[in-house]
Amino acid sequence: MSPEYDLVVIGAGPAGVAGALSAALAGVNVALVDGAARPGGQYFRHLPEGFHPGRPGALHHGLDRFTRQWEALRERATLLLGHRVWAVERDEQGVSVRCLEGDREERPRTVTGRRLLLATGAHDRPLPFPGWDLPGVLTAGGAQALLKGNLVVAGRRVVVAGTGPFLLPVAAGLAEAGADVRGVFEANGRLGLARHPLLAAGKAGEAAGYAVSLARHRVPYHGRQAVIEAHGEGGLTHVTVARLDRHWRPVSTRTVECDTLAYGYGFVPQLELPVQLGCATRRDADGGPVVAVDAGQRTSVPGVYAAGESTGVGGAVLAEVEGRIAGRTAAADLGRRVGPLPALLRRRERLSAFARALLTAYPVRPGWQRWLREDTLVCRCEEVPLSGVREARELGATDARSIKLLARPGMGWCQGRMCGYAVACLAGENVSAPRRPIAQPIRLGDLAALTRSPLEG
Amino acid sequence: MKQPYRLVRARPEPEFEISVDGAPVPAVPGQTIGAVLHGAGIRAWRATRFGGRPRGLFCGIGVCFDCLVTVNGGPSLRACLTEARPGDRVCTGEGGLAVLGEPGEPGEGPGTPHGGQENGR
Repeated sequence: MSPEYDLVVIGAGPAGVAGALSAALAGVNVALVDGAARPGGQYFRHLPEGFHPGRPGALHHGLDRFTRQWEALRERATLLLGHRVWAVERDEQGVSVRCLEGDREERPRTVTGRRLLLATGAHDRPLPFPGWDLPGVLTAGGAQALLKGNLVVAGRRVVVAGTGPFLLPVAAGLAEAGADVRGVFEANGRLGLARHPLLAAGKAGEAAGYAVSLARHRVPYHGRQAVIEAHGEGGLTHVTVARLDRHWRPVSTRTVECDTLAYGYGFVPQLELPVQLGCATRRDADGGPVVAVDAGQRTSVPGVYAAGESTGVGGAVLAEVEGRIAGRTAAADLGRRVGPLPALLRRRERLSAFARALLTAYPVRPGWQRWLREDTLVCRCEEVPLSGVREARELGATDARSIKLLARPGMGWCQGRMCGYAVACLAGENVSAPRRPIAQPIRLGDLAALTRSPLEG
Repeated sequence: MKQPYRLVRARPEPEFEISVDGAPVPAVPGQTIGAVLHGAGIRAWRATRFGGRPRGLFCGIGVCFDCLVTVNGGPSLRACLTEARPGDRVCTGEGGLAVLGEPGEPGEGPGTPHGGQENGR
């Protein structure tokens, strides 16, 4: 059986949509697959139609451009929203993308293509600290998703903390939406908004917009401070904020009352699917694994391309540029006529240099490990405290994998997506690429029903 | 009208109701069950296996699985990914744990013993 599509694109965020559109415009028969009911990925997360927003772009920077691309794509490609991909396989004829359709029905469906573009994006990278599993403690991206996707403000009195430029739009969005944002606590240096690195990459307007918004709502921005403990009985009531030294060791502390904490320490690219296919990875500027690609966004696996955060965290603008390049490369590799676009390649180089500079400007410093106590959970799912990780190390588990086998961090529902970074740090090693042969939970019956590839015979 | 609604000039369709452990909670078409619960001040709807710790939304985007919930008898759905439908019956935690009510008021804060720390194994 020959594949249904020339190109299957996984991910309807800025990289996937731009890639799908570029390929479709070059005459490629494209299917775009995404688990969400609406396009946009995390950054351009759309409101449900039930809200009928008159100004949908009020919560997003650059939404109009994405919307135009999406509208153009609708006429030119097969759009499979509400399809969660749990596995991808490859054989001589192409790729099989295993999906579950429907957010609760989870009907199995396989989509086949001659080529595959992976644009799987990233999720927040949380650090553990005492009380991080209290209700009311959310990731920064989670608070954004509530607002952008549901028009729910995460809390009344909100603290925003962590590191990186993403904290600014999160805090600004919450303040605009009516939350009393008690402060933004940026664990890295006292850069100040005026000297914010966003200004360096032609994003002055965007950064200034957030600064104006935070100033108008009297939201203080504190450099080299972090939330090192969350308190409450059954739910968050206050946090301990610490001044940090340059290694992030607490110097002094104070209490800030809040019902909600939105925090994040950068992002983790979602690499399950590229790793399933055997795509080579490389270390990004922050030491984390990302998919290695060539100048045309080709991975090490023939016929498989990658774009966006999975090839290095760099934001929506870079993701779109990478997606366009990937879509054009795939079209050319499929024999379509695609002219060179050197300006696009130069733009990618400029934006990715900026992305690397940001990763270097907002590192995670090792002093966060001092925030933990013996009974602080490191793994939320299996409820493994720091003492459990320490005991495993004393028993001779010196690497993250052995610690996992002995003490079980990373063995629960999330499969280490939340604690993997912390466990690797505690083991004193770099995070390795995730090996998760199943990227989404699937019923055993559906798994057993798959006896052979649909591309066989 | 709610401030985030004003921000985007939303003209929401009429709300419908879902039931959470028998109590009605309003939802706008398209909102996730996690957003409906969190927006109604229900911050936790599951207890962990070992420590019985309350859990609700954390990552909010389908990655952490902390927000698992039973809907119409169907177990282990991620509340943050599952759109609410009219008449949905949401059942919280195996132990029936639900932390209901509004987020804490000022004054409850400082001096409250630290929670979520005990290792309940």
